[in-house]
Amino acid sequence: MTRTTEAGEKTHRAAPARRRTTAASRTGPSHRSPGQLLRRATPWLFLVAPLALLITFTYVPVANMIYYSFTDWDGISPDRNFTGSDNYVQIFTRPELFRVFFVSLYYLAASGLQIAVALYFATVLSFNLWFRNLFKGLLFFPYLINGVAIGFVFLYFFQDGGTLDSVLSWMGAETDHAWLGDPASANTSLAGVSVWRFTGLNFVLFLGAIQSIPGELYEAAQLDGATRWQQFRHIIAPSIKPILSLSIILAVSGSLAVFEIPYIMTGGATGTSTFVIQTVKLAFQFNKTGLASAAAVVLLLIILLITWVQRRLVPDDKVDLV
Amino acid sequence: MTTAQLTTSPSRRSVRLRGRLGQALVYLSLVIASLVVLLPLAVVLLTSLKTSEEAAESNALSLPGSWLNFDNYATAFSDGHMLTAFGNTAFILLFSITGTVLIGSMTAYAIDRFHFRAKKLVMGLFLIATLVPGVTTQVATFQVINGFGLFDTRWAPILLYMGTDIVSIYIFLQFIRGIPVSLDEAARLDGANAFTVYRKIILPLLKPAIATVVIIKGITVYNDFYIPFLYMPSQELGTISTALFRFKGPFGAHWENISAGAVLVIVPTLIAFLFLQRYIYNGFAQGATK
Repeated sequence: MTRTTEAGEKTHRAAPARRRTTAASRTGPSHRSPGQLLRRATPWLFLVAPLALLITFTYVPVANMIYYSFTDWDGISPDRNFTGSDNYVQIFTRPELFRVFFVSLYYLAASGLQIAVALYFATVLSFNLWFRNLFKGLLFFPYLINGVAIGFVFLYFFQDGGTLDSVLSWMGAETDHAWLGDPASANTSLAGVSVWRFTGLNFVLFLGAIQSIPGELYEAAQLDGATRWQQFRHIIAPSIKPILSLSIILAVSGSLAVFEIPYIMTGGATGTSTFVIQTVKLAFQFNKTGLASAAAVVLLLIILLITWVQRRLVPDDKVDLV
Repeated sequence: MTTAQLTTSPSRRSVRLRGRLGQALVYLSLVIASLVVLLPLAVVLLTSLKTSEEAAESNALSLPGSWLNFDNYATAFSDGHMLTAFGNTAFILLFSITGTVLIGSMTAYAIDRFHFRAKKLVMGLFLIATLVPGVTTQVATFQVINGFGLFDTRWAPILLYMGTDIVSIYIFLQFIRGIPVSLDEAARLDGANAFTVYRKIILPLLKPAIATVVIIKGITVYNDFYIPFLYMPSQELGTISTALFRFKGPFGAHWENISAGAVLVIVPTLIAFLFLQRYIYNGFAQGATK
């Protein structure tokens, strides 16, 4: 890659500007000199590798996935039969396949809590407080921890007679509850872990947005006698709106695509299987590549739809990149 | 606001008292949040220092008999194949981060500094790709990797991390816009070609962006579970995530060993965080908003 670029550029340099103009005037505008051709090729020399990777690992898989979703392929055998919309019909009609969508609701509710908590702490810590940096670090750190480690930490936390039970008994509430034992409390517990893990990210994003607000605004507001709540309502909230809307969209699509924590902690048992866990199991354990692809296409379409709706509702001019 | 102004003078003391009380509640909420963050981690640290009898019999919150009992760490490190895991993770980190930096900066350079007909199309391809969440396409991506014969090699995750990182392209694009084009032009007049400009001017000036990308990418790769789990099932190809995940089997209910393994994985992150705090915050604030 590097060598071809350099070699190409050397010839480019060998044709300096003066000679190129004479060549152009001699042969007319319709004929392109080699120097000009090289100049046109230059951006592509930089883009070859990125585009090749992008197409190979994003566009080819998406296209293949859509194709597999209409077949009964098992992922291994050379023959696959075209089955039309059969896989899609299965996803929406077999209740055990569709049920996983309801698990997302636990995570969706958890993300609501997560955003609220993050917003509160970001607001509070944008003012001057003792140990501000310590609290900032403590709140953000869980986001940086390895997911498998978090899974084990909380498996121990929720164990029968584990940390949570001990803490509750200290506070006088004797519980003998298998937290991961029934679907409702298992999903609540797992969603709680996701709040613990991801609040820090939202917190740092909100904090960054709040700190980019010019300080004079607060000073002016304070001189006018505005309370903290009024400052939040009229200065902070409007200026973090873009990042808030981004967080909400990430929360919705994230709730549909939960995988790591439930897979590590329960393996999807006791009704904690999520959409991605089910897809991975269908594809890699039961070799139902066709059905798994259809499930993945459904998830992809839902996420694209949500993104589209969000872009419609909150037009964000920052996204304009070209 | 007008009511507040009117009532300031008569009840200034009560306002100040209310402010104090509010402040105390704020600190209380911060302390509670810190406890919520620290308690699960502290318990795992305590458990990792207990002997197996202590871990089996004692209460989760009880203290270990000896604070210097590092046997579990030795067991986790050797029986859990953690050395291989750290080696594999380092290998993957090195190649995927270097690749991400080069690819991201080259793409950003080509898009920001050149005018060519398909520019909008290329930009659109990268933009649309951000909307496709990686987890949804793995069923088909798996077939692509398999087709290249890369399944169960360390190159599978390296290529996937390099090829799908659009966030870094955006970060580089934002930074490159801040570099004056007149610098490129001056170098061009001195006879530098596009590649020299990229290497001698753009790359050095992109240092802050490179730091951001290295941090964000480094944390993502170090912590990723999904890709190594799917693409590198062999025991000797474990990364720290998958090696730790395998603790579930052989160590079963030996929480003292599992805890030691978890602490071993968390400690490098903690050290990196303490040393790079400010850059990490900035990195995430920049990375996620783009």
